[in-house]
Amino acid sequence: MAYKLDFADVWPYSEQLVHGAACTLELTAVATVLGVAVGTAGAAARSSRNTFWRALFGAYVELVRNTPFLVQLFFVFFGLPSLGVKLSEGQAALIAMVVNLGAYSTEIIRAGVEAIPKGQLEAAASLAMNRVQIFLRVVLKPAFEKIWPALVSQIVIVMLGSAVVSQIAVQDLTYAGSYIQSRNFRAFEVYLVITGLYLVMAVFVRQLLLGFGRWYFGRA
Amino acid sequence: MTSFSYWDILRNLLDAGVWTVALSLIAFFGGGIVGLVVLFLRTSKRPVLRLAMQGYINLFQGTPLLMQLFLAFFGLATLGIEVSPWFAASLALTLYTSAYLGEIWRGCVEAIPKGQWESSASLAMSYFEQMRHVILPQAVRIAIPSTVGFSVQVVKGTALASIIGFVELSKTSTMITNATFAPFTVYGTVAVLYFALCYPLSWYARRLEVRFNVAGSH
Amino acid sequence: MSLVAIKGLHKRFGALEVLKGIDLEIAPGEVVAIIGKSGSGKSTLLRTINGLEHFDAGSIDIEGERITPAATDYRALRLKVGMVFQQFNLFPHLTAGQNVMLAPTVVKKTPRAEAEKIARDMLAKVGLAEKFDAYPEKLSGGQQQRVAIARSLAMQPKVLLCDEITSALDPELVNEVLKVVEKLADEGMTLVLVTHEMRFAREVCDTLVFMHQGRVHEKGDPEKVFASPATAELAQFTSSTR
Repeated sequence: MAYKLDFADVWPYSEQLVHGAACTLELTAVATVLGVAVGTAGAAARSSRNTFWRALFGAYVELVRNTPFLVQLFFVFFGLPSLGVKLSEGQAALIAMVVNLGAYSTEIIRAGVEAIPKGQLEAAASLAMNRVQIFLRVVLKPAFEKIWPALVSQIVIVMLGSAVVSQIAVQDLTYAGSYIQSRNFRAFEVYLVITGLYLVMAVFVRQLLLGFGRWYFGRA
Repeated sequence: MTSFSYWDILRNLLDAGVWTVALSLIAFFGGGIVGLVVLFLRTSKRPVLRLAMQGYINLFQGTPLLMQLFLAFFGLATLGIEVSPWFAASLALTLYTSAYLGEIWRGCVEAIPKGQWESSASLAMSYFEQMRHVILPQAVRIAIPSTVGFSVQVVKGTALASIIGFVELSKTSTMITNATFAPFTVYGTVAVLYFALCYPLSWYARRLEVRFNVAGSH
Repeated sequence: MSLVAIKGLHKRFGALEVLKGIDLEIAPGEVVAIIGKSGSGKSTLLRTINGLEHFDAGSIDIEGERITPAATDYRALRLKVGMVFQQFNLFPHLTAGQNVMLAPTVVKKTPRAEAEKIARDMLAKVGLAEKFDAYPEKLSGGQQQRVAIARSLAMQPKVLLCDEITSALDPELVNEVLKVVEKLADEGMTLVLVTHEMRFAREVCDTLVFMHQGRVHEKGDPEKVFASPATAELAQFTSSTR
């Protein structure tokens, strides 16, 4: 093959690249919203007095954090149908990403929740607020503010990890790469471009979310 | 179609698991050695070296591991070098690990109070003498929990090597699933096996964290 | 010949000029106290003498060897000039004895047995002979600071710089450290101390240097300077610290 790298053969396929990137971003966006919701519930469970929910979510977190995302994905896509659950590849990918992000964000948000000074909780309780009200109105926003950068990092990690969903034929950016290189036989150039695109997307998503945090939490 | 007992499945998976462990060890220790180089260059006095390392680290932390594996595999092929998936996976995972460990260790070195640098400098010690006798002994202590914690990421990362054809635990599980049509059982078992590899490391890392935070804080 | 000769020293941090032309000579065996308000530049001046801070203009001569703003390697300088810090900065992973032995073995390549003897002697000198094997976290602040002094002395410096070495100590521990410094002064050690301990400055030091806004404002015998300050700033300073 040529020592010379030839990127000219990649540009004709820019439409596939754009679609693939859009798919990746879309998956990440939806998985973020749902995953953070799961994580919030998980954080509440992990810091509650109820040992059942604490243990249940604890097991969930440990299971997800100690197994590869690829295996989780295969389990959802190939394993669940044998229990009668029919899933499209997009649905399976999303579920796997939500389950994955949900576990990591449970621990991240929990750290934020536990960092709230006890005095805040005592003051709220003295104002006759119940536990749910305290959690939603006193604990949640400061907790998120504190852990926002860590959560953003995790979201970027999930986005980069989503490259793997191409393996179950979800048409994300990596899948676009497989498609293109099977046609122009320039695998290295194609994947270089795609890696560059992932890098750009990672920087973009991080800056966007950090900027959102600065705006929403109101401080620089 | 031959029928497979569960024991057949498990036995094959365990055999494959050995390769997962082997690749993990190579990546972790190889990555550790390169990571030390990354650490020294990243904390060098010369801006060129520092920035180059920053770029290296950002590259590995800002792109999918899968892409890094693909580039190692296809890149070397483009240069005309025929590589096995084993070699490409080892190379990619080693460099990946070196970037992450180098950055983790840099954080630990920078956590050492400035006063330690100043007092050792005042005793006429050179940079290397300072690092060797004063800074690194303290930094290692701080670094151990997160280094052990990262080993879990390395083990999980080996699963992606299956995608470029390296036959380890994940690849074998796919092959067995295709043969047995029992994805739930096979992938379920695989998850348990990875868990058995990773959970002890996670648990140990957490214990180390407690030990080093509770004792000896100055 | 003076041991330390500072001429026309200037230093700025960004736009702020912190040292505006310092001239100072220190004779062998002289004990100098530098006092002044925070921000007057006294710590910065001290830290330029052993190269922890670079300076922009002027020169520092130690035993006739000149340091200029262009200097990059301070190792030779630091063999002659030792420093003790406000925060002690002992190495927490080493025992007191190992702290004192480290630099002689590593920098001067002194054989271990000889270095150990020096370390024991130095620790005995500061009154901590029995703490040779103790880790810093087990020692009080005053004890840690005395180990820090022993550590600097083990390198046999010609000049010892002390940067507010009692400021971080609980009041009841200050005296044990000052006693050690007084002993060093009696033995003829050249000392430069940035300090807030006015009584100590008056009783032990040969020369008092009052710094104000980056300049040497007044200089002279402590008794005389305290009794009749020539400038309003010093008068204000001494009254506010009484």
